[in-house]
Amino acid sequence: MARVRIDNYAYPDAPRLGVKGWLRWMWRQVTSMRVALVLLLVLAIAAIPGSVLPQDPQDPAAVRAFISENPFWGPFLDALGMFDVYGSAWFTAIYVLLFLSLIGCIVPRIGVYWRRLREPVPPMPRLLTRFSPAVAEVQSDVADASPRAVIESAGASLGSWRGYRTRVESEEGRASLVAEHEHVREAGNLLFHVALIWILVAVGASTLLTFRGQAIIVVGDSFANAVVSYDSFESGAWFDEGSLEPFTLTLDEFSADFSLAGLAEDFAATVTVTEPGQEPVAQVARVNEPIIVNGAKVYLQGNGYAPVLTVRDAAGAVVFSGAVPFLPQDSAYTSTGVVKVPDVTVGEQLGLEAVLYPSAVTDGETVLSIHPDDSNPLIVFTAYQGDLGLDEGIPQNVYVLDQTLLSPLRGDDGQQAVMSVAIGETVDLPEGAGSVTFEGLSRFAAFDLRKDPSLPYVLVGAVLALLGLSASLFAPRRRLYLLAENSGAPGAATVVTAGVSAPEHDADATEARDRLLAAATTPED
Amino acid sequence: MTAAELSVMTLWAATTLYAIAMIAGAIHVSALAEVAPEERGSVRTRARGIARATTLVGLVMHAVGLVARGIEAGHTPWSNMYEYTITGSFVAVLVYMIFTRKRDGSWLGPLVTGLATIALGLGLAVLYGQSTGLRPALQSYWLVIHVSIAIISTGVFAVGFLIVVLQLLQKRRELDPERYTGRVWRMVAVAPDQKTLSSYAYRLHAVGFVLWTFTVMSGALWAEDAWGRFWGWDPKEVWSFVIWVIYAAYLHARATTGLNKAAPWIAIAGFVALIMNFTVVNYVFQGLHTYAGNS
Repeated sequence: MARVRIDNYAYPDAPRLGVKGWLRWMWRQVTSMRVALVLLLVLAIAAIPGSVLPQDPQDPAAVRAFISENPFWGPFLDALGMFDVYGSAWFTAIYVLLFLSLIGCIVPRIGVYWRRLREPVPPMPRLLTRFSPAVAEVQSDVADASPRAVIESAGASLGSWRGYRTRVESEEGRASLVAEHEHVREAGNLLFHVALIWILVAVGASTLLTFRGQAIIVVGDSFANAVVSYDSFESGAWFDEGSLEPFTLTLDEFSADFSLAGLAEDFAATVTVTEPGQEPVAQVARVNEPIIVNGAKVYLQGNGYAPVLTVRDAAGAVVFSGAVPFLPQDSAYTSTGVVKVPDVTVGEQLGLEAVLYPSAVTDGETVLSIHPDDSNPLIVFTAYQGDLGLDEGIPQNVYVLDQTLLSPLRGDDGQQAVMSVAIGETVDLPEGAGSVTFEGLSRFAAFDLRKDPSLPYVLVGAVLALLGLSASLFAPRRRLYLLAENSGAPGAATVVTAGVSAPEHDADATEARDRLLAAATTPED
Repeated sequence: MTAAELSVMTLWAATTLYAIAMIAGAIHVSALAEVAPEERGSVRTRARGIARATTLVGLVMHAVGLVARGIEAGHTPWSNMYEYTITGSFVAVLVYMIFTRKRDGSWLGPLVTGLATIALGLGLAVLYGQSTGLRPALQSYWLVIHVSIAIISTGVFAVGFLIVVLQLLQKRRELDPERYTGRVWRMVAVAPDQKTLSSYAYRLHAVGFVLWTFTVMSGALWAEDAWGRFWGWDPKEVWSFVIWVIYAAYLHARATTGLNKAAPWIAIAGFVALIMNFTVVNYVFQGLHTYAGNS
């Protein structure tokens, strides 16, 4: 009987689609493969701008610079979310739609798969001639040559873990086995897609639950794990600051090995970790080897020199003494640093802006560092006096000197004085403002601390996705047939016929058929 | 002779041998083109023998060159563009050798050896750099796992790409065989029909896709150790993701009736993205993978 198709628009009085109808139509569109494909390609294209333009989460300074350099395009692109592509509404919309499409496609397929698994394996075809049959005989003098026993021993050889579903039928003088492997691909396919959803959820949870902080520690110093001790700290919306484990981390030693050409060969930070109520433990953090403290990972992310400086004021009193981390600016560890001296006994507050050359060479005019090792440390600096601007209570960047209320110290020629001091030396500041002593050279290490409770879940999702993907692409699509017949005449051999149906390119299909046939005709030990 | 000299010498030898293999292979294919299809299986030209021998010897030379480079560097030679190129082209030829073990691949030989000649030649002439030590960020067993799989999947995708291009040409020829009868088209006709090519391409891309998935995942695991996060939208990560998504689209298009026609073009887009990732991303974009360039 032919089905009658109703065309809504052919009959003016027929009901139109209506809200429900439209929703159903939209759902069908979203879950269609065509739309999924378009969404995939759109996702690929949408991800590209984020690799071309600087991105806010990765490099906010570059984004600011880009916007100020491009007065038209900068704000325009900013309004489009082009500087935070992966957090933008449109990027989110694409992948949310894609996952909706995925869910809409997968859920019904899981139902279908489930029902099909419970259906019996299709019966034995009447003839095996179409399924590249192979024939063997089991002689009647073998212990148990009945068709049933032959089929059972063959069935046992398939093993349960290979995912064969079987159908065994036996009657007098005839037994058959159908083993199908076709559902494994679909299972793998479903597993892969479910694992992708799992990964998305786990990554989403990760951004809510994680924290990341950076701490700069000079050799010999300690760091206590609390939000206030970090140089920078960021955390997800659901992160509880009270959950930070109050351990301390002491940087005992830092070693940096460089080749003669100045290439980094190895960085190692020896630290002592003390968890509350426990014995201190010594550990080594390397670039690829974070240490783990109570579930939080501590990464060695950077390092540099920390010159030990002593500053005396006009009265000769020591007003500053300590190691100051200098941030490396190039591969030869030319480093810049700032010293702020607010508490002077006489006169105005002092500030220093300095450059450290670990292996300084000079032609009289310019200074260069030729190697990252500290073979000839030299500090070149300028000094300022005035108001450091620390009293307003606004947090300041410790690596930048706010010069608005400072005036440079000038030499006899009236120019800003540029001074240099080698290790162990003292240099007097102009205008009788005091002196600076370069006592020694220490090192610092920059550590990233991070705890992400969703990591194991992401990993499990990734492993499942890979397994599912491999099964869905490589699992053979095979159906094996085995038929054992015995005429019942005394001493008659049991004739066993094996067949296989598989796609043409499945080169191992006949091998699987022969294995099954061999298992059927070889008596068990 | 130092290991470095040996490496460069054997790699140049491999380049030359591949070039000869390409020419001889093309001569053989053009000979096949003049024979009726059912007789092609029995045609044994001298060019065929030369192509097979030079490809095999080239592959051996290529392998020696890679091992010597590894000895020179003191580590698995996968830490910059030069090393990536010489290893990736090796994988492409190796995939071809495996492909032809069970079937006749005369039609594919000139394409693969041609690609290998170009890649190796460019690598040696343009990208070559003396081996330097490994930076701390690269001192990890992940270098062996992550990069080797990335290179292997690149080699597999490269062969898949060649077949997909051939598939498009074959399709065009099959639609109107009367019109496309020039010498080159007759050579195209030597290759299997469009449907078979499509199936070869699909299976190669399936292998490449699984390997690429593993590349991205192992990269995330390494990034978790080295950079303190498993995913951070670094340009290299972005492009690896883009490549993954494009090839995923290819597999979906290939598996869906009605979208089949788009599949080869999507595969080509995927390979273009792969090459972009290897060239433009290394040279132009700032990212954490900067050591992949030859600075």
